[in-house]
Amino acid sequence: MLAAARPLARAIPRHTLRAAGVSTWSNVPAGPPDPILGVTEAFLRDKDPRKINLGVGAYRDENGKPYVLTSVKKAEESLTADKLDKEYLPIAGLPSFTQAAAKLAYGADHQLVQTGSIAVVQSISGTGALRIGGAFLARFYPHSKTIYLPVPSWGNHTPIFRDSGLEVKGYRYFDKSTVGLDFAGMKEDLKNMPEKSIVLLHACAHNPTGVDPTPEQWIEISDIIREKGHFPFFDMAYQGFASGSTVRDAFAVRHFVAAGHEIALSQSFAKNMGLYGERVGAFSLVAADPEQKARIESQLKIVIRPMYSNPPLHGARIAGTILNRPELYAEWEQEVKGMADRIISMRDRLHDNLVRLQTPGEWEHIKRQIGMFSFTGLTQPQTKVLAEKAHIYMTADGRISMAGLNGGNIDYFSESVSKAVKGDL
Amino acid sequence: MANAETWDSVPLAPPDSIFKLTAAYKEDTFPQKINLGVGAYRDDDNKPWVLPVVKKVTDMLLHDPALEHEYLPITGLPEFTAAAARLMFGADSPALAEGRVTSVQTISGTGANHLGALFLSKFYGWYEGKEVYLSDPTWVNHFAIFRNVGVEPRTYPYYDANTIGLAFSAFIETLQTAPPRSVFLLHACAHNPTGVDPTREQWSQIADVILAKGHYTFFDCAYQGFASGDLEGDAWAVREFVRRNVPMLVCQSFAKNAGLYGERVGALHVVAPSASAATRVKTQLSVLQRSEISNPPAHGARLMALILNNPELFEEWKRDIRTMAGRIIAMRQELHGLLTDKYKTPGNWDHIVNQIGMFSFTGIRAEQSQALTEKAHIYLTTNGRISMAGLNSHNIEYFAESLDKVVRGQL
Repeated sequence: MLAAARPLARAIPRHTLRAAGVSTWSNVPAGPPDPILGVTEAFLRDKDPRKINLGVGAYRDENGKPYVLTSVKKAEESLTADKLDKEYLPIAGLPSFTQAAAKLAYGADHQLVQTGSIAVVQSISGTGALRIGGAFLARFYPHSKTIYLPVPSWGNHTPIFRDSGLEVKGYRYFDKSTVGLDFAGMKEDLKNMPEKSIVLLHACAHNPTGVDPTPEQWIEISDIIREKGHFPFFDMAYQGFASGSTVRDAFAVRHFVAAGHEIALSQSFAKNMGLYGERVGAFSLVAADPEQKARIESQLKIVIRPMYSNPPLHGARIAGTILNRPELYAEWEQEVKGMADRIISMRDRLHDNLVRLQTPGEWEHIKRQIGMFSFTGLTQPQTKVLAEKAHIYMTADGRISMAGLNGGNIDYFSESVSKAVKGDL
Repeated sequence: MANAETWDSVPLAPPDSIFKLTAAYKEDTFPQKINLGVGAYRDDDNKPWVLPVVKKVTDMLLHDPALEHEYLPITGLPEFTAAAARLMFGADSPALAEGRVTSVQTISGTGANHLGALFLSKFYGWYEGKEVYLSDPTWVNHFAIFRNVGVEPRTYPYYDANTIGLAFSAFIETLQTAPPRSVFLLHACAHNPTGVDPTREQWSQIADVILAKGHYTFFDCAYQGFASGDLEGDAWAVREFVRRNVPMLVCQSFAKNAGLYGERVGALHVVAPSASAATRVKTQLSVLQRSEISNPPAHGARLMALILNNPELFEEWKRDIRTMAGRIIAMRQELHGLLTDKYKTPGNWDHIVNQIGMFSFTGIRAEQSQALTEKAHIYLTTNGRISMAGLNSHNIEYFAESLDKVVRGQL
């Protein structure tokens, strides 16, 4: 036991004070504010009652409020009633959750799921899955240490993969002139990449543009990728949230797997279950057989253990409960569709408003794009003036989160955008 | 199938050694088997124990009409990190008043260790190479954590097998002979795995040498309150080092003292020389956190924030801590009594009551540990470490009897 002596108070010599004061962190520069999360911080500082936050991709209901899904609430109540313990999860996470997550993505009756050939680990939401995947590929993918991202991509992809030890490059994706997919450019870049490159693909609801390939285009992309032997790494953060159907939104992933690609997949349940801060996700890798899957999982654990030992319980239990209980699953599917439908109705309304206001430019893309985000086509100066004069916050690239729009603010938003484009703000 | 050979050369990694031990224990059908490898608290019936105050706040949170699951800020829930800092440094700490402490919510203690190590690897003014001094022995994951971020572990003498206590002079000597500005990882209290802690006088001498050599202190504090039962007392070394202006950071875990294990609740506190340095440090920690997890998990931090910020709940928590620490201390005393008075087991067993926290280094040899497992179905690591939490009123007699036999070579 510690001796119960009085603490020995030493005087602090002046030279020590000075030494401790001057050196340790003098060379640490101030880091840049996060371009996406920094938008919310600016929004929170604004006191104007008309302010709108279209920055971060978190769903808001018709009243602009966070939406806790009823299926989530029921799952939480049921879990609390079960009086479960808080023991550590295994390094790879909650098995009932990871198994169910794999089924959701790949299809429950898929041969790979049935034969246990998919290596899957629970992750700290989508970010964590991408990071685990990046680190694993940097360590073990034999053919390349470069990952190709669509241009543009989610801002955080670059630091995640770079810090995982991969080189980051881009392939053409977004066509500014059509505010749509630069399909020819994308195909050309995929063909020109060194063989067996790692290619990141947004499974659905591309972030930040909202521009997705059509199913026919996905099939072509799959063919080219097979020809070149590339390695597809899918980021699926919006399954169900994009079209309203979890099956439809998984088309690209399932087509690639059916076509024989081995893929890596990052899944997030932040948006489609509204579990954002609980950090629920999964990283999976298609293996050749259960023996290979076991080897891969053992190495995924080696990535995870020195970073955080094992993943958080709460969100995984909620998600696992929903996915594994038929009546909650059905309820959840309805709620996801409800969120997707509201987004789609906002797209329609925004488009119609902008056209009605005779806003210069083409605005069809607002309706064509899919998912939480829309690349408005607004320029950086225009986004700046919208923040400063109209108290409307979005990322500097003109990306808006459709979820931030609702019946109460969409008219003000449309008018402000129209003015900004006309230079009248 | 495209590229079936892609993952051909991925080797099968060896399983965690504790995992193997636990798996073997689970398969064992012997009715009196005991698991002394467990690093989680167990009650007297060998069950996991969700703290009553945690059950209470779980209910409160569930029924809070404002309950939501939104993203936390990158650096975590402010009500949690601020309260966690006050708990660690004392509410009246000048370092807090001066704004010199940067606090970031992390994925429990491991996450704090990782983030702290990563931050040092990128920003510390290393003397020559990137190295950290870890106690010999230390928590096994410390080695992997530092290697993973490119910092090479070295060890400093800590445990003296002859005295079953602290190798103090050798420890001090290493502090003195290490290159200037070296990074030393110190266990703030309840050393894992030995249970051997420095006395306050020894801590002061350690601080003397650290200051003289310009070393950096990397505190790992996973057992505040759990060690002695007293939150304030267990923080003495950390607070003394702050008082003496030792350059330092602290990794804080609420896994054990709040029983929140799987909820992953922890924090990293970097004590900077000035408020402006603390601000800059915070921005860089945010950048590092963003590319790994974006933001930390909310649930456990919300529970802890409720407990830390409500005086009544805080008192209930302290009571629950005393329950756990009290049971551990009672087991120590009982085991000591059985070995010393009842069985008169050869050797001096005072270390059982002098050591502190969840773990105890019994002092038995590897082959004796193995014999306990193979012959008596008592599971412990080969370094002779036992988890006191695995002992209870139902099994302590059987354990003491078996330990006595193995020491006498009669097992």
